[in-house]
Amino acid sequence: MQPITLHNFDGGIHPKENKDQSTQTPIATLPIPAQLIVPLGQHIGAPAESLVQAGDQVLKGQMIAKPKGFVSAAIHAPTSGTISSVEMRELPHSSGLLGMCAVIDTDGKDQWIEHQGIENYLEVDNQQLIDKIRESGITGMGGAGFPTSVKVSVGERKIDTLIINAAECEPYITADDMLMRERALDAIKGIQILMKLTGADNCLVGIEDNKPEAIKAMEDALHQVHGEHHIVIVTIPTKYPSGGEKQLIQILTGKEVPSTGIPADIGIVCQNVGTAAAVYKAVALGEPLISRITTITGEAVKQPQNVEVLIGTPVKDLLNFASFKAGKKQRLIMGGPMMGFTLKSDELPVVKATNCILAPTAKELPANDFAMACIRCGMCTEACPADLLPQQLYWFAKSDELEKAEQHNIFDCIECGACSYVCPSQIPLVQYYRYAKGAIKEDRAAKEKAERSKIRFENRQARLDREAAEKEAKRKARAEAAEKAQAAKKAAAAAAPDSADTKAAPAPAASPQDLEKLQKQLDAAQTALKKTMDKIADAKENAPDKVEAFEKAMAKTRDKVKSLAKDIAAAKKAAAANPAPASGTDTDKGDPNSPERLEKKWQTAQARLETAQRKLKEAEEQGLDTVEALRTGVEKQQARVDDAKKAFESASNSSTETTTAAKPAEQAEEKPTAPAVDIEALEKKLRAQQDRVEKTQERINLAKEQGLNTVDALQKGLDKQMLKLNELEQQVKAAKNSEGA
Amino acid sequence: MSSILIAVIALAGLSILFGALLGYAAIRFKVEGNPIVDQIDALLPQTQCGQCSYPGCKPYAEAIADGEKINKCPPGGEGTIQALADLLGVEPEPLDAEHGAARDVPTVALIREDECIGCTKCIQACPIDAILGAAKQMHTVIASECTGCDLCVEPCPVDCIDMVPVETTLQTWHWEQPQGPAENLIATDRQPAVGGV
Repeated sequence: MQPITLHNFDGGIHPKENKDQSTQTPIATLPIPAQLIVPLGQHIGAPAESLVQAGDQVLKGQMIAKPKGFVSAAIHAPTSGTISSVEMRELPHSSGLLGMCAVIDTDGKDQWIEHQGIENYLEVDNQQLIDKIRESGITGMGGAGFPTSVKVSVGERKIDTLIINAAECEPYITADDMLMRERALDAIKGIQILMKLTGADNCLVGIEDNKPEAIKAMEDALHQVHGEHHIVIVTIPTKYPSGGEKQLIQILTGKEVPSTGIPADIGIVCQNVGTAAAVYKAVALGEPLISRITTITGEAVKQPQNVEVLIGTPVKDLLNFASFKAGKKQRLIMGGPMMGFTLKSDELPVVKATNCILAPTAKELPANDFAMACIRCGMCTEACPADLLPQQLYWFAKSDELEKAEQHNIFDCIECGACSYVCPSQIPLVQYYRYAKGAIKEDRAAKEKAERSKIRFENRQARLDREAAEKEAKRKARAEAAEKAQAAKKAAAAAAPDSADTKAAPAPAASPQDLEKLQKQLDAAQTALKKTMDKIADAKENAPDKVEAFEKAMAKTRDKVKSLAKDIAAAKKAAAANPAPASGTDTDKGDPNSPERLEKKWQTAQARLETAQRKLKEAEEQGLDTVEALRTGVEKQQARVDDAKKAFESASNSSTETTTAAKPAEQAEEKPTAPAVDIEALEKKLRAQQDRVEKTQERINLAKEQGLNTVDALQKGLDKQMLKLNELEQQVKAAKNSEGA
Repeated sequence: MSSILIAVIALAGLSILFGALLGYAAIRFKVEGNPIVDQIDALLPQTQCGQCSYPGCKPYAEAIADGEKINKCPPGGEGTIQALADLLGVEPEPLDAEHGAARDVPTVALIREDECIGCTKCIQACPIDAILGAAKQMHTVIASECTGCDLCVEPCPVDCIDMVPVETTLQTWHWEQPQGPAENLIATDRQPAVGGV
């Protein structure tokens, strides 16, 4: 195999390694702690979805939370025991936020769930392997915790090189070193699986030259692999941060990952060596990721070492195992001194990405509380492995010029901390960059949300406009329909009088149709009047306070009736004048309806009078204050009845003899039925009779003048009228006499 | 004489030619709408809250393009005023207090669901349709879409809508800007650190 040409990256630093302390003893296994706190979100992406409840019994390796979404990983019980709760607990995260955690009370039996690996794993379908990896909850073991199943699902992209990151450049951390020394074969087999999955032609394992034992162990393991493997162990010079993904790729291949791109863009996939070993265990043995090797080191622990620790083990147990003695200003750091973060308490659990717990003394790693002004010395620029301008980024982040920071490629910063390490003013530069990155991301999210809100607002506006338009259209359609209907009505009304040839130009109301209409209106008004009267009566009995209102209504109706009656009279006159303008005498003859109508009218008027009288009587009995009004009403009604009677009688008198002959008989019949008619009525009748006689006389005269042949008939009628007049006169006299007696 | 004539004809010809070209370009490359309105609208926070007294961000953007003041957007705060001032080349003004104060923390509406009577009044008030529900059914706010504009709070007849601060999740959390009063000290001013575990 041809030797690999090594490249270099700009910048980088050489901090004190401090790795020897923890590599003196083999990997120990931590006793099962009494309680495990397993966060459901230990990886980048969506937290897993819990499958268990408090009280559930779980076995070692049992899935307790399933991946939710594509970028997610399953969570398994690290040992057998009982779920004591699934609740929000503080997470081992720089934010110190709460997250869902399954708390397991261990039973100490460490009883495995039934599990099985894939035997001929290098021959099966890739998808089966990916599913197995996803099921086993494998995430990147280097620190970021990206789900491995997602990273190896390269899809259509052609991957030519798999790079295994075993550089472990950060000071103090030796977890990968110890893993390679003791479990090199697991790692090599895992690499083979990853090569198959990514379809890489060759694999480069980058190990820093400060780990000669690990390099030797890996090479020995490689010799044990049968057949061609295309795996090369490459020793690289020790320099921080050669273990950065982009930096390692540059060292091994000379290629640079494009800004904001991923290694797969240039045909490379990079995996941590610990991840490779975990993949092997999951695929070949069926063991999910439930434990990991973690370095416990720092001067505050007496026995710095690497331990195989169950995920979820509280840091406290780990520290006790390594004989930790808290000193003054004791800090606990998860991760290394360069990129790790301070833990807020020792109750926090170890997670899948925890490669180191650092417990330094205050003297060993003094807290940096004394940042001074930037003197623009440029040392950070020289140290930056990503070829950025840290001091510029610092100024931009400090003054919130986020746009400029973005233009200066702040997102290419790997937050390695080399700039902060070299800064003579001890400015916490990386914290500024982290802040700026977060603020930019927040701005982007806000912009995206604003865009979404805008679209939603516009859509809503469009919907409201559409609805309003629909309503308007409906309203218009309705209005049009109504207009049309009205027009049709008008047209019909206009056509009807046209068809009736009796239409009179000076008095259009005189047409028989109009007359009828008026008559109908009158009838309706009269019934309304009656009803109102009934209501008044009712109200008088039940609700006296409403009486006034009803009375007002009645007065109105009465006015209406009056005006209608007037109209009718006018119409009738016109109608009478029309057909026979020459002879006024034959009017009634010419209009056969007239006497009958008038009779009806008289009768209804009579009936109304009677009701009015009855009401008056009632009112008088009850002593109501409406008596006056009712009385005037009765009087008016009386007058109306008389008018109607007069009109009728005059009409019937002027008609043919038969009618006139019939009338007295009727009247004669009336007399015995009403013998006690008061004198007034009789007098009125008398007067009416006199009128009639006079009228008949007039007619006779007229007929005589015109020489008509009706004179004889009229004369006969006159005689009869005279007879009746005499009769009435006698009646009046008799009545007067009886009254006087 | 003829040389003058030639010059006049040549210039007239050129002016006709370029006139035609410009006229064509004016039609062919006509800009629809007022582009400045869209640029202003892009700077506004799109909460559609109506605190500027316009019925949404776009109408306010149109008003600004017509000369309205740029300091009437409380949700946008100083940042939006600065951005608008930069865009329009005017002096930034302090936020007009008449239209409300800028919010310190972003909020979202939250319906206390067991108290909701299902009157749909808040649904009609929401400018971005971020409340789900139907008549006589419980309503709920789509928290990811809510802009925290407060417009649903007023119409609720049973006062079951609260404005709650947006909760920080692991996905939205980010580091604070380092605050160090000691940053301007020189080395000799160093004070011993306080605190620690």
